[in-house]
Amino acid sequence: MIGLSGLPAWAEAAALIGVVLVEAMILYVGYGAVEQAIGQKLIDRLTS
Amino acid sequence: MALFGMSVAMLALFVGFGLLIGILFGFFGMGGSFLVTPALLVMGYESSVAVGSGLAFVFGTSVIATLKHRDLGQVDYKLGVLMIAGTTAGIEVGKEIVLHLQELGLAGSIISVTYVVLLGGIGAFVTYEAVKGDGGGGVDHDVEDVDPDEDLSDDIPEIAKKIQSYRVPPMIDLRGGVSVSLWMILGVAFATGLLSGFLGVGGGFIRMPALFYLIGVPVPIAVGTDLFEIVFSGGIGSFLYAMDGGVNLGIVVPLLAGSALGARVGSAATSIVDEDEIKVYFGVMLLGGAVAVAVREIGNVTGISELNVVSMVLIVGSALLVSGAVVQSSLSALRESNGSGSSIPD
Repeated sequence: MIGLSGLPAWAEAAALIGVVLVEAMILYVGYGAVEQAIGQKLIDRLTS
Repeated sequence: MALFGMSVAMLALFVGFGLLIGILFGFFGMGGSFLVTPALLVMGYESSVAVGSGLAFVFGTSVIATLKHRDLGQVDYKLGVLMIAGTTAGIEVGKEIVLHLQELGLAGSIISVTYVVLLGGIGAFVTYEAVKGDGGGGVDHDVEDVDPDEDLSDDIPEIAKKIQSYRVPPMIDLRGGVSVSLWMILGVAFATGLLSGFLGVGGGFIRMPALFYLIGVPVPIAVGTDLFEIVFSGGIGSFLYAMDGGVNLGIVVPLLAGSALGARVGSAATSIVDEDEIKVYFGVMLLGGAVAVAVREIGNVTGISELNVVSMVLIVGSALLVSGAVVQSSLSALRESNGSGSSIPD
């Protein structure tokens, strides 16, 4: 799926969980930045 | 075009479903993961993939939630580590039961029946409490501004005081002025881990009340410790399932992308909307989830494939109804605030 088929099962499992962990941290930081940048403008637009 | 072995349409479906679940999780502090596994079962995924991917989703969601709570000092690390030990053993046993039942061809049915009983029971309780109108029946994951070192032992329920009166050594001192037997902590942890491994849920909607009602940990510390513990139980659980090919990134990655965004919307809504106004919808959603799983099982037994569609519509429809109610109530409250010229909380 992500090019891990040659690895032992434990390494492939660790890599899969690592992908989820990295994604979670990127999403936390990324969405936080987006919220800071456009959150208030979006609320103003939705409620105007 | 395909990513992670999924069509773009399927990825969009998972992102959208994740968004709905994220709004619910962000607003109620629970109610996310236990919709994912039934939905995946209804969509025809193998039980081990539905449970394993559900756990991986729980892991990602709890990482994000814990990052938000980490600076508030609401985590009892000693309790957290003990909970992790008990939960890990419970998850391993739960996973073995699922794999064994899968070999017998019974996993889908038994997991579904357990879901119907659990979701239906909690849904009926939440709905009853909401209709009764005393504000109970849910698990409050809101970040409360309290001193974690403050002695909160006077606030613990009577049943917890009764349990704490049985002083089977060794006794463990916890934050908030609570002292509990090590064996009680490990017992609660094992039981909730068993449910996590068996059902593919984080177990927060069971563990949070268990920490409060059975062990007597004050709510703010129970919330922080619960989230800290879910990071590990979700991580370990999904790792164990991933070893057996039970984690599908094509499911987890888009679900998490949607839910992380939805959780921000839901969290923001908590400062605008009164949770008690929405709680009855939440109870109905849980009941809808229970009915959906029951309908799917009836469809499987009778061979009526249309019931699978009905089941899927019930699950997505329930989540859509409640998350829609949260968004609609938030927008109404914001418009009222703007109209009256009062300030809006962040």
